[in-house]
Amino acid sequence: METIWFCLVALMIAVYVVLDGFDIGTGIVYYLVGRTQSQRQKLLRSIGPVWDGNEVWLLASGGVLYLAFPALYASSFSGFYLPLMIVLWLLILRGISIEFRNHLETPVWRPLFDFVFAGASILLAIFFGAALGNVVRGVPLDETGYFFLPLWTHFTTTGEVGILDWYTVLVGVFAFLVLAQHGALWLVYKTEDILQERARRAASLAWYGVAGMTLIVTGATFRVQPQVQANLSAYPWGYVFPALALGGLAAIPWFRSRGEELKPFLASCVYIAGMLTSAAFGVFPYVLPSNTDPVRGLTIWNATTGSHGLTVALAWWIPGMLLVAGYTIFIYRHFAGKVRLEEEGY
Amino acid sequence: MDSILALHRLHFAFTVTFHYVFVQMTMGLALLIFVLKTMALKTGNDHYNKAARFWIKFFAIGFALGVVTGIPMEFQFGTNWAKFSKAAGGVIGQTLAMEGVFSFFLESTFLGLLLFGEKRLSPRAHWAVSLLMLIGTWLSAFFIVATNAWMQHPVGYKVAANGDLVLESFWALLLNPWLGWMYAHTVIGTVVTGGFLMASVGAFYLLNRKFEEYGRTYLRVGVIAGAVASVLMLFPTGDRQGYNVAHHQPVTLAAMEGLFETQEGAPLVILGQPDPEKRKLDNPAMIPRLLSFLTYKRWEAEVKGLDAFPKEDLPDNIPLVFYSYHIMVGLGTIFIAVSLVSVLLLWKKRLYTARAWLWVVMLALPFPFIANTAGWTTAEVGRQPWLIYGLMRTVDGPSAHVSSGNTMFTLIGFMGMYALLGILFLFLTAREIEHGPEPVAPKTAIRGPEPVRL
Repeated sequence: METIWFCLVALMIAVYVVLDGFDIGTGIVYYLVGRTQSQRQKLLRSIGPVWDGNEVWLLASGGVLYLAFPALYASSFSGFYLPLMIVLWLLILRGISIEFRNHLETPVWRPLFDFVFAGASILLAIFFGAALGNVVRGVPLDETGYFFLPLWTHFTTTGEVGILDWYTVLVGVFAFLVLAQHGALWLVYKTEDILQERARRAASLAWYGVAGMTLIVTGATFRVQPQVQANLSAYPWGYVFPALALGGLAAIPWFRSRGEELKPFLASCVYIAGMLTSAAFGVFPYVLPSNTDPVRGLTIWNATTGSHGLTVALAWWIPGMLLVAGYTIFIYRHFAGKVRLEEEGY
Repeated sequence: MDSILALHRLHFAFTVTFHYVFVQMTMGLALLIFVLKTMALKTGNDHYNKAARFWIKFFAIGFALGVVTGIPMEFQFGTNWAKFSKAAGGVIGQTLAMEGVFSFFLESTFLGLLLFGEKRLSPRAHWAVSLLMLIGTWLSAFFIVATNAWMQHPVGYKVAANGDLVLESFWALLLNPWLGWMYAHTVIGTVVTGGFLMASVGAFYLLNRKFEEYGRTYLRVGVIAGAVASVLMLFPTGDRQGYNVAHHQPVTLAAMEGLFETQEGAPLVILGQPDPEKRKLDNPAMIPRLLSFLTYKRWEAEVKGLDAFPKEDLPDNIPLVFYSYHIMVGLGTIFIAVSLVSVLLLWKKRLYTARAWLWVVMLALPFPFIANTAGWTTAEVGRQPWLIYGLMRTVDGPSAHVSSGNTMFTLIGFMGMYALLGILFLFLTAREIEHGPEPVAPKTAIRGPEPVRL
């Protein structure tokens, strides 16, 4: 049952990154693709009806993580206190800039929120990447299962680590590139003409960075977290996850060169999901490894709650998620196609 | 009070109070928007659609702020209250996760359609979207109140081998005897806010002689909703909520009422200033024996005072519990009077022209926000010194490894951020009210010829 919930939480987080990833990515390439006020408005309109629903996946993943692994939630949220608070502020700034930018049409109002939106999106991508890097690297858990990390110490991955070290910064930059490409591919799908052309160029540029960083980060991960190598040797079927990622990565330029619009974006979704599931598979059964003493690491068994709660939750989680899948399909179909500005919103 | 604990408490209290400003407004408006959309559908009159559209814009601004200030609430369980989260997550993780799965997705999906979908959807479908929005927001409140009700009156749990609490009965958690009346009291409180807000804007339009047709609609819908909700706040929901407090948290009742000594035929205090050091109430204005009657339906019943409980079980801020409770009840009584007079004037067809009274309705706007906030303050400070009533003390809840310096850093950050959000909110809503429900005719028409460009 714990393993099932580990998979479900990993799945929800992967869905979050794939979905919110493209609207964060839209923010990353915002200035690159949108040069005029109406172009930027179009970019925002492409994510307008869906970004909030995408972000709900973060809340829902957090809630489910709390439900299934309360000790992990308590330990990681208090230990990553500072970066999480900064993430919260960035989410607040980003949310209001999307929602409030179009309320006024003045040369002061819109550029201000454009800047906040793009800046917050870029920083969020880097912070989320660094967060993932921290989980993979492990943290200095004490004997009570808690820890606290400052933002940085001496940038090495052992001993008194900080949130930012060479490895987590590397993963942060990696996430920035991955989401930049993801957002650009979303815009290729949602826009036309000059916007689409610029998005396509941004995506093809980002692809080289993503491909290079995939190799570098994978190599670094094997060095930083020995559990990954151990898991792959013990369960060779686990190679299916990195294979998925590589397949997606290879498919992106292939589809793009054939002038496809939706398929490169979907390939990017597969790539991201493959990378995240590889990471989850690599650290399993840890949910938060220790970088000082492996025995202190939080695993799915010592971080979980009672079995009754997990069983009951599965009984409502399944119908709940079917409903969510229904809404998601409905809203994406309803707002399918290229964005146009003449459709009036409020 | 230990200073780290005080900082963590202030951190949560500040962020949740600010969050609830937007929550109560959007929950109340969700119902009233649904009412306006229903009137539009029933009468076929497009006036009501336009009337609703204005409030949907208002709703969207409040909803956006409710969402962005809501995310920190869920995070803070883990960041600031880690020991509480670890101990209680097996139980309240259920309700918090259900809120995400069952209501946030519903709300976020249909907000887009409520805002952007009026032209794409049929009138009936757009009406249905407003209903789904209402269900989403009110369902969200259910899961949050269920979580809070469990902290007030824990049920359906058992203690695991490592001391953490785990779920024993899902249905006991959702059918908590504390939950039903608290939920009703909470959501009806948001309707008071929504009704008074709508009536206030309506009164403003009539007084300002702008958008008068809409002003009348808003006033009519607002005062009727406000009147029904204000009465329901007192009876039965407030009365039953008080009964629950009296029976399950008698010490909280004593603090709320400022009753320092146990007595038979206890009086109901209307005004006064509690002096916790000397254990007495200064300048009391009271109605003899009424508290005994209200609590036990007998004039001579004994009501336990603060002296009947051990010192370590008393709420640590008795004056705040006393004042917040009295502010809530006092304002609630005024709401009943104001809204019933308004309904009477409406019935006599004199409300729209009673300009002096319209001033009262317009200026009543802030008070439902204050009353709702005071009500939650009563519940939360009244529960002290417990975090989970009878099971876990507040002092045992915060994260052990988060220093006071880090907590103050983020508290200051939130204060700055929320000051900005508050200014933005007032600016944007004031603009919407100024623009009104009808697009204004192009300015050139009244301004005459364009000035000559130099």
